[in-house]
Amino acid sequence: MFKELRTHIVTLLNNQTRLDGRKATEYRSPISIEYGVIKTAEGSARVKIGETEVLVGVKLEVGEPYPDSPGEGTIIVGAELLPLSSPDYELGPPGIKAIELARVVDRGIRESKALDFKKLCIEHGKSIWMVVIDICPINDAGNLFDAASLGAIAALKNTKYPAYNGEKVDYKNKTDKQMQLEKVPIAVTVIKIDNNFIVDPDTEEEKVIDARLTVSSMEDGTLCALQKGGDQPLTQDEISQMLDIGIEKAKELRAYLK
Amino acid sequence: MSGITVNEKDIAVPGEVLGTGMDILPGMGTYREGDRIMAGRLGLVMLEGRTIKLIPMSGRYMPKIGDTIICKVIDVGFNGWRLDTNSAYSAMLSMKDATSDFIARGANLTQYYDLGEHIVCKIANVTSQKLIDVTMKGPGLRKLKGGRIIEVSTHKVPRIIGKQGSMVMMIKDATQCNITVGQNGLVWIEGSPVNEMRAINAIRKIEKESHLSGLTEKIKSFLETSQQVN
Amino acid sequence: MSYKQRIDNRGFDETRPIEAKVGVIKRADGSAMFRIGNTLAYAAVYGPRNLHPKFMQDPQTGILRCNYNMMPFSSSGERVRPGGSRRSKEISLVTEKALLPVLNLEDYPNSVVDVFIELPETEAGSRCAGICAASMALADAGLDMRDLVSAVSVGRVDDKMVVDLDYSEESYPDGPVADIPVAMMPGSGKITLLQMDGEVSKEQLKEALEMAKKACLQIYEVQKKALKEKYHEVE
Repeated sequence: MFKELRTHIVTLLNNQTRLDGRKATEYRSPISIEYGVIKTAEGSARVKIGETEVLVGVKLEVGEPYPDSPGEGTIIVGAELLPLSSPDYELGPPGIKAIELARVVDRGIRESKALDFKKLCIEHGKSIWMVVIDICPINDAGNLFDAASLGAIAALKNTKYPAYNGEKVDYKNKTDKQMQLEKVPIAVTVIKIDNNFIVDPDTEEEKVIDARLTVSSMEDGTLCALQKGGDQPLTQDEISQMLDIGIEKAKELRAYLK
Repeated sequence: MSGITVNEKDIAVPGEVLGTGMDILPGMGTYREGDRIMAGRLGLVMLEGRTIKLIPMSGRYMPKIGDTIICKVIDVGFNGWRLDTNSAYSAMLSMKDATSDFIARGANLTQYYDLGEHIVCKIANVTSQKLIDVTMKGPGLRKLKGGRIIEVSTHKVPRIIGKQGSMVMMIKDATQCNITVGQNGLVWIEGSPVNEMRAINAIRKIEKESHLSGLTEKIKSFLETSQQVN
Repeated sequence: MSYKQRIDNRGFDETRPIEAKVGVIKRADGSAMFRIGNTLAYAAVYGPRNLHPKFMQDPQTGILRCNYNMMPFSSSGERVRPGGSRRSKEISLVTEKALLPVLNLEDYPNSVVDVFIELPETEAGSRCAGICAASMALADAGLDMRDLVSAVSVGRVDDKMVVDLDYSEESYPDGPVADIPVAMMPGSGKITLLQMDGEVSKEQLKEALEMAKKACLQIYEVQKKALKEKYHEVE
């Protein structure tokens, strides 16, 4: 359906450029992160990468621990591809694209142990904090994976615990207790189109990808989560190259969180 | 002028009073309420004698007979093709209007125009129900190969084309690109990567500054500057 | 007991601070954001565009479809379960009825104009904020509109009629309360949304509607300014 577009994008890439004039491993600019933009959330952030804009909010709930981890709290990540954000989305429950987005963001936070789940325990075996992260795109101009992941970490950094008297959470009273991030995982989605690797695809580029690899890594370059997508397979060598790009670019993106 | 309470090139908002008096006439985009002329859309004020018009600055393309548009093939049938016109309505291109060549009955139509391909065609007919028929028979009407397609506001198309094509000609000359502008807001550009970028930047600049004066000069010098940089 | 002073010291006919911006969602055909106090609404318009399924199409006119949705983190209390509720469906309906009178969609048979309203943050007056945002977004999308629509909640707190109730006033414990969302076409003063929760006499309602009219005219000025600002940006 997009043969001509793909041919043209490949020609541009072979000439070291892209549809908007960027280099292959260049993110759009500006990239901005605003903290605490939503007062009703316990933590929140607005991330913009070029024209892609995502709001992420954190709500804290008290619940019972899972039977196999009585001393640990947990995170729950939700994402909706809001029809507000793109002509391509329809009303309805989250489809597979939204579910994959939520699970990829979840994996990056969970597997990196960015949050120490033990610190989310209120009373062993009885009550725990559940950290509910909701991702709401405002404008989808491509690369929601990276914007949402960045937004989730930024929102967590910004999160303050509400008062809890042992029975009910008092959302109107925020304590001074800040959510602690043990690690700062950053997700970078690397795209393969023909023989080229790019990052931060825009709407047009997303239509012609062969394969993608979302790479979540921590400050020291250790990988904590991976997700391959797209219809085409990847060789081990390609994966290796994409991992290098993912870890490298993560360092750049992490700097925006300061 | 007595009664007209706005100036040329003011931006009017729905419900705004543009003029008062039965001698003032409601033009396109306005309506009369009692003795007042009201804005019937968001638009740019244009005064023609005693008539107040509002020029639209936004809004999706509405198909018109005679328009040359760029469409994408979204369905191939037995007798023709269905096309996306970048509007709320799709168009039909029937076999008989597709080409001057003879197409045998039962021929595989994808050989001519396949799914996802873009064509330059002309609107031959639009019914009241907005059923659209297009034709490929005519000068300049053809399948587009290579190049890239960008979307612009349909309302900026006249400025991008310019008087008798003068603006688009200037961009073509300065960038050595082939450019076809569809009335429906799709623009096809083909050239070297660097020059395509220059042409696109010039077109985006026209879109942003179309309501300002001295546009032709601005674009001319913009093209000259971007030439030097490269 | 008398409601002598508003909890946040506003005048009885004063709205909370208002902020409006147009063109905030680039992928949409028209968009706007409207904030009143701690209530924030985004609206995006897509259309006129193709309408599926076919049985919903009207051969005589385009149709307007509105959807109001609160983001999960938008409530000052617990998280809001995504997926809408009966309340949000009703608000979607009254929003559509509030906006339809200013539109003329007869030139777009068989098509749809979709309006999506999302609220990241709410603290009373959310349906009115949504309508204010939606009406700017519809104008931004270049549709034929005879007027904008401006909306605000007016109401009663104890013995006083007030404009733009906030959450603490909606839940005022020491006397009767009425919450009256009103939407209006500012040019003609015609009312396109009217709902009422609570206790109010006929005279008080009339007083409230007069206050609503004044407040809506003020809001119209803000909406107008936001629309003009977008198109003046380059200059």
